[in-house]
Amino acid sequence: MPVSDTNPDLALYIHWPFCRQKCPYCDFNSHVRTTHDSAEFGTALCLEMSYMAKMLADRRALTSIFFGGGTPSLMPPAVIGKIIAHAEKIFGFAPTIEITAEANPTSVEAKIMTEFYHAGVNRVSMGVQSLDNDILKFLGREHDVAEALSALDTVRHSFDNLSIDLIYATAGQTLNDWQNTLSQALAFDLPHLSLYQLTIEPGTVFYTRQRNGETLNLDDDHAADLFELTQHITAAAGLPAYEISNHGKPTAQCQHNMNYWRAGDWIGIGPGAHGRFTIAADEYKNLQRVGTATRRSPAGWLQSVQKTGHGIDNRTHDGADAFAAEMIMMGLRLTTGVSIQQIETICGPRGEWLDDAAVTQAIEDGWLDRNQSNDSGMVTDLRATDAGRLRLNHIIAMILR
Amino acid sequence: MTDISHIRNFSIIAHIDHGKSTIADRLIQSCGGLSDREMKQQVLDSMDIERERGITIKAQTVRLDYRAKDGKTYVLNLMDTPGHVDFGYEVSRSLSACEGSLLVVDASQGVEAQTLANVYQAIEADHEIVSVLNKIDLPAAEPERVKAQIEEVIGLDASDAIAASAKTGQGINDILEALVKKLPAPTGDSEAPLQALLVDSWYDAYLGVMTLVRVRHGVLKKGMKIRMMATGATHVIERVGVFAPKPVAIDSLGPGEIGFINAGVKRVADAKVGDTITEERRQCEKALPGFAPSVPVVFCGLFPVDTNDFSTLRDALEKLSLNDASFSFEAETSAALGFGFRCGFLGLLHMEVIRERLSREFDLDLISTAPSVVYQMEMTDGKRFDLHNPADMPDVTRLASIEEPWIKATIMTPDDFLGSVLTLCTERRGEQLDLTYAGNRAMVVYRLPLNEVVFDFYDRLKSITRGYASFDYALDSYRPGDLVKVSILVNGDPVDALSMIVHRDQAEGKGRAICLRLKDLVPRQMFKVALQAAIGGKVIARETIAALRKDVTAKCYGGDITRKKKLLEKQKEGKKKMRQFGKVDIPQNAFFEALKMGDN
Repeated sequence: MPVSDTNPDLALYIHWPFCRQKCPYCDFNSHVRTTHDSAEFGTALCLEMSYMAKMLADRRALTSIFFGGGTPSLMPPAVIGKIIAHAEKIFGFAPTIEITAEANPTSVEAKIMTEFYHAGVNRVSMGVQSLDNDILKFLGREHDVAEALSALDTVRHSFDNLSIDLIYATAGQTLNDWQNTLSQALAFDLPHLSLYQLTIEPGTVFYTRQRNGETLNLDDDHAADLFELTQHITAAAGLPAYEISNHGKPTAQCQHNMNYWRAGDWIGIGPGAHGRFTIAADEYKNLQRVGTATRRSPAGWLQSVQKTGHGIDNRTHDGADAFAAEMIMMGLRLTTGVSIQQIETICGPRGEWLDDAAVTQAIEDGWLDRNQSNDSGMVTDLRATDAGRLRLNHIIAMILR
Repeated sequence: MTDISHIRNFSIIAHIDHGKSTIADRLIQSCGGLSDREMKQQVLDSMDIERERGITIKAQTVRLDYRAKDGKTYVLNLMDTPGHVDFGYEVSRSLSACEGSLLVVDASQGVEAQTLANVYQAIEADHEIVSVLNKIDLPAAEPERVKAQIEEVIGLDASDAIAASAKTGQGINDILEALVKKLPAPTGDSEAPLQALLVDSWYDAYLGVMTLVRVRHGVLKKGMKIRMMATGATHVIERVGVFAPKPVAIDSLGPGEIGFINAGVKRVADAKVGDTITEERRQCEKALPGFAPSVPVVFCGLFPVDTNDFSTLRDALEKLSLNDASFSFEAETSAALGFGFRCGFLGLLHMEVIRERLSREFDLDLISTAPSVVYQMEMTDGKRFDLHNPADMPDVTRLASIEEPWIKATIMTPDDFLGSVLTLCTERRGEQLDLTYAGNRAMVVYRLPLNEVVFDFYDRLKSITRGYASFDYALDSYRPGDLVKVSILVNGDPVDALSMIVHRDQAEGKGRAICLRLKDLVPRQMFKVALQAAIGGKVIARETIAALRKDVTAKCYGGDITRKKKLLEKQKEGKKKMRQFGKVDIPQNAFFEALKMGDN
């Protein structure tokens, strides 16, 4: 795979794996522990960051940092500060850097966000999840609606760049129910919303309950109705979807996540974190994009980092076709779509990875569009239509070789 | 050459699982045919599939040397016979080479339908029968009840039935003694011209074409020039031998003896089963009565999943047919499934065994269509032909009549289930011929269209009787029927591989059932799919598969890519398991599963 002329953006993901409790729908790498030493984990995160930085083809300024989890709002602000400072020291920051932390909407964590702000965090993504107490209870959340709203209020004092997560399409939820919740959320006038349809993932409590015959989420037909409603309401309110589940004002799109969808480079540190980035050119002649995954167990990861400087336990090298597949798979999630020409310059002729006949058919059938210009001036010559985005898994399997 | 008065030839008749092969193993062991080290379980079932399923497919033969209580050594030739209805033709061959039979009945289960059919064949072949009650060591054994059943149902004197256990070895010596005492020695004249029956032939990877023979008169010797009386071909015998149970070369085979020859025959088809072998120089006057050739009665289409495997499939079929002259195949083209073969089998188990061997021994991924039977068509212009594939059914306006094969089926069931069995037979257009009781078991005899039995009758019978019923059938006759072809249309286009021939009265019900099953089998597509069943141009049933509304991952960030890629690979794999028909993806198993009727 040839190196592109300009290296893509570089982002940093930090995984904080601890939670006060495990939510029944969540399949992220999270652990309920109280015995860990947060400072020790902070030090290890910095160590691993340095290790990964050395793997990189070049040292580029970071365009974004994201603290995810787990529950990063449980991190001591001093640890956050130390990590941010370390990142600036070894990478440098782009002038527009976005630094996001995920937070639970409780009063305690909302107050800590002010300290996060002083440590350098400039964007908060709050896991509100619902504005309906019954649904919050169903989702096993600690907070209720009142507490979430008050936490949101507190956080708004420090942060303009603020987003909340909502989960919908739970069993029994009607178009009306969801419309009410969504209108309420839009009334907060936030610059960004993440709206996720409830998905039952293997390894979760919900998965077991579903296998035992419980209905936990809406069937595909009703879920599709709610999805379509969501598109209309948010667009009308000035927060159109820019990705399957993400809505924002054009200026407030999450840069960090955009980097995933555009298949840029990112480093992932912490237990069970994934990274994908371009490594030093002399190490592998033809395959330069590497995927890393670290050990999932917090204790195991910590031990490994302290011993070897990193917790990587799986490393993959993507060939041109795999990289092209990633760009299509992720890029078509965006309303702007992908630039086939750009992928060709990186991954070689499209015939190797794209089924042109299937693309033509999908365009004819109304699932894909070609030659759409967009506001950012980027050339995107393939995008999914609204109908196509709702069936994207199927379409991607159809068009990729 | 063995003294003819010291030869005993016998076959074993038993229902599946009644312990035929284990009894055979014990007999072999007891006569020292194999050391304990060489004793695999069930020596005779040499194919993997045979051993796994506990069934015997090819008849096998073993020569045993037994020193009897009278101090003389006897040669016992054991012909193991298949226990399943599909391989009935193998049974008749084995019987014709022997003078007696060992009837093995499970002392707890009693007589089953298959046993019945085979034992009647043996009685017809003038066999002396030695009854054995096997598994006598089981707590559930009821020897007296089973003896009474043998007397009532079969009509054999069971007073001297031997209580045996292949597991503990009990009664094995009694069996050997009874064979020597009760069975007659064969008769034959060693001075007469050679007259030998060609019992079986198969291909051995090391020895080439093996021919199993039973000598009636004269002597077979190495170097002798022989003539196959039916084909007229002549060959020189290269090797004469017996199975003990490993092949052992000997000098000659005399009257009454069973053994094998290698005679430079190139193809199994050239060593025709049932043919009579004589000496070229001194020919016998008359050929022995042969066997009715085995004719395939069940047909289905086999198509490679990967179209590139077509030639591999052809080679595999050719190889299998080397050893099994009873199944036929010819190239077939289907609009839905591409290039494949229309294959003919002796029955459903035979079909299953061949399919399994294709996938196991040749690593082939296959799509098979639902099985159908052979219809005799008469056209308005007087032409007649056999229809093997419903898709080839001519236009009704040119058809004078259709005849379908009927069978005579014997079912044995505990009387608790009799009502459901009768209902099932009636649903399948059956005509009751006989109904008798023996103890708490009932025996029903029905005449049924094979068409109604060929697909899922046996599964249904097993399920409504919780596995207790046994079933056997023989082809009866061809009878005219009011039969129509039901086509299945997907988005308006007929799918050839799904068409079927059914009785007019059942067409609508079956058409609706198939559309409903397809609705479950075919995944939702990006567009609405109409499923229709039609007779000629007339639609008789219709179902709609709604278009796929939603298939998208809600959350997909950096950490999800690896998993998402795996999912994508799985999706693509899944797509490979589909056949594109027009724009509609149809899963491979649908072509078979859709025609299964289940409870109706």
